[in-house]
Formats: sequence, structure tokens, C-alpha cells
Amino acid sequence: MAETSVAHHDVDEQDENQEMWDGGKSPFRASYGKLMMWYFLLSDAFTFAGFLIAYGSLRFSMPTWPEPDFVFRSFPFVHAHWPLIFVTFMTFVLIFSSVTMVRAVQEGHRENSRGVVFWMLLTILGGATFLGSQAYEWTVLIKEENVSITRNPFGRYLGDGYLVKMDEAGKPMFTESVDPATGRQTLTPQPLMENGEIVQVKEGGSYILHGHEHNGQVELQRPYIHYTTTEKAGKTEQLAEGPKAFGALFFFITGFHGFHVFSGVLFLTIIMINAGSGVYAARRNGYEMVEKIGLYWHFVDLVWVFVFLVFYLL
Amino acid sequence: MAEQHQTYEEQKTMVFNGLIRLGIITIIEVLIALLAKGHLIPGVEFKHGFGHYVYMILMAGFSLYKAYFIIYFFMHMAYEVRGMAMTVLMPTLLLVWAIIAFFQEGNYWRTSREHIQLKNEQGREENVLPVPAGKPQGYMLPGTFGHYNS
Repeated sequence: MAETSVAHHDVDEQDENQEMWDGGKSPFRASYGKLMMWYFLLSDAFTFAGFLIAYGSLRFSMPTWPEPDFVFRSFPFVHAHWPLIFVTFMTFVLIFSSVTMVRAVQEGHRENSRGVVFWMLLTILGGATFLGSQAYEWTVLIKEENVSITRNPFGRYLGDGYLVKMDEAGKPMFTESVDPATGRQTLTPQPLMENGEIVQVKEGGSYILHGHEHNGQVELQRPYIHYTTTEKAGKTEQLAEGPKAFGALFFFITGFHGFHVFSGVLFLTIIMINAGSGVYAARRNGYEMVEKIGLYWHFVDLVWVFVFLVFYLL
Repeated sequence: MAEQHQTYEEQKTMVFNGLIRLGIITIIEVLIALLAKGHLIPGVEFKHGFGHYVYMILMAGFSLYKAYFIIYFFMHMAYEVRGMAMTVLMPTLLLVWAIIAFFQEGNYWRTSREHIQLKNEQGREENVLPVPAGKPQGYMLPGTFGHYNS
């Protein structure tokens, strides 16, 4: 008896499977619009993946790369350095707006227009907060730290050593000493002193080159450094800029993501107004438009998970 | 139209659950990142070698879990027809090879640059003979390295 019922069940399922593809109804049990939104998101995922993989391979091709906890450490209204805290705040803003979006979709399924509008409004506020945060982050990088798509003031020391005192013309200062036995003259760079102590640097440590106005343009000051370890030991050289690709990749990829957030906010606003004015109630399809923009909005959050990973965590 | 698989109360619980889960994972990620970069405990950091690899794999794992949770529960992929879910999810597997291939390529660029730099420095220091006329001048071409060594 049990066996026959199992067999019967199998036949039923097969029949159902057969009928699903017989035409007349969607075999994926999804509307055209929703399915196409999924495939658009898939193609968009490949676009973002292309950018992030380009970032990864360029980063792998450089001997050094700026450290995220050194680059991203400013917080509005706070003068101390708080590494990664502001981007964590931005991540939470996106998580919250994703959660409110799920609530809007659920209220849509219940045909509750007021609920949809309320939760979508919170989602839009989240998106706008994120965009504002990103504007702050960019402003700090561009205006205060002089990062641009071709200039990266963030670098890493290549060995242990100390900074060298400079004269007014910006040249390093040396002390001359003559070896009495051989008569050979040697030049030792004078260390830069701060609070009575030599300014020491450690291999792998991060630095930022500060900018100064010169003929109406900002130029980066490149102090001299005297290395005492690694193959650079004994050499005195100017600090170099970090890998140029950093700025271009950062602004392009976070900008592309920010543009997605911006268009998301626009579409969310339009759909919220439509939901409030009863356009979707008349369609009687459970506010499917809200569900579709919801998919897009979650995708924006999903991309941020990976942007957060590669730019800020690794 | 998607069918209602859960009651309204269950749905609300799922949303709350998701918020807590994603939030806690993010906090753990940031705490581990700060620890690994040496901000939490003085003297403790995982910036090089084995510890750094473990750190990177851990971070990638957390991110993939967050991605899975968002796709399956916030975007309702768990309740879609299996065939449809596969048409969306399977193509992303192609990215696995893209990641391996391009990162390998990036690594190769770095080793090539280091090699060229090393050879240039050796050439300067040893003051070796210039490359004979008529021979290829580009130091990236295979077979030209020998001139600098001899």
C-alpha cells in the first residue's frame, strides 16, 4: 500500500513537471518582469565581478599596497583616527535599508498600501544616508588627503630607518665626517627630531604624503628617509607615492556602486509614490513592482558586501 | 506570483533574524580585521604568512555566507523553482576560474617586474658590456637575460 502510494506520487510529480513545460503558464513560476530582473542582476554581477577581479589582479601585481585601516580612518566630527569604523557604519546603514525593503515587500503581499509606503520611505532614507556617507568619505580623500585617480599619497616604508632633516629649499641635510686614517669623507644624513627624539620608521609601516600649494596646484611633499635595514640599508631617498592604480580603482568601483545606490533611490521614490497613489493596488498582483525593485536593492547591498571585503577588510 | 510559504508572523521573525545575523557577522568581521591589523591587542597582528592566509580565507568565508543569506532569504531565492534558481546561480561559478586566472596573472606581473629590477640593478653595479648592436634590446624578451650575467 505504502509502495503504491509512493509510485503514484512519483507519477503525479512527473505529470506536473511535464505539464509545467507544456505552455500556457510560467514553468519558473515567476512573472516575465521578475525573471528579467534576476537576469539583469546576474549580468550586473558579472560587471562588478570584472571590476573587483581587475582590482585584485592589479593589487597582486604591486609589491606594496596602501593599508585600508590606515587610509580609511576618519570619522565625521571626530579628530582622532578610528580605523574602519565609518565604513562599518555605512555597511550597517545598507543592512538596515535591506531589512526595511524586505518588510515593504511583505506588506505588499498583504496588499497593505500604508505599510509599503512606510517601509519604502525608511529604505529611501537609508539609501540617502549611505550616499551622504560616501560623499563624506570621498571629500576627505580628495580634499584633505589629495588622492585622485592619478595620484596616491599613501605608501609603505621599504625598510627600517629614520626621516632626514631638510633645509628651507627642501634638500636633505648631511653631517660631514673625515676618517683620519684614510682621509675619506663620508656624509651622514641628519635625523629629523621631534620632541627631542629621532623620527623612526618601521618596514611595512604606512605613511601619507602631505600636500602643499605650489603655483595654484597641490603638490605632494616627499620627505627624505635614511634606511638602516633590508637591501635599502645605507641609502637615503625620497618617499615615493603609492601605487597609482589605487585611486582610480577606488573611485571607479565605489563610484559605480554609489551610482547603483543613487538610481535605486530614484526608482524606490517613484515606486513608493505609485504605491501610495494606488497604482499597484489596482493591478492586484501583490505589489510586484515593489518586489522587483526590492530584488535590485538587495543586490546593491550584496555588491557592497564584496566591495567592503576587498577595499576595507583585506 | 510567488506563493505564500510562510505566515506573516514567520516572515517578520525571518526579517528580524536576518538583521541580527548580518549585523553580528559584520561586527565579527570588523573586530577580526582590527585584530589582524594590530589595533586591538598590542603586538598581535596577522599581516604576513600563514596567519594572513587564514585571515583572508575567514573574511572571504564570512562574505560568502552574507551573500548566501541575502540571496536565499532576502531575495527569496530559497522559495523559487529550482530550475530558475540554477539559471541564475550556476553562471556565477564561471567567476571561480576568472578569479584564479587573473590573480595568477597579477602575481606573474609582480615577479616579472622584480626580476627586471634585479637585473637592471645588477647591470648597473657590475658595469657589464652593452647589448651588442643588432641584438634585441628589450629586456623582457626571452633569451636576452644572458648578456647581463656574462
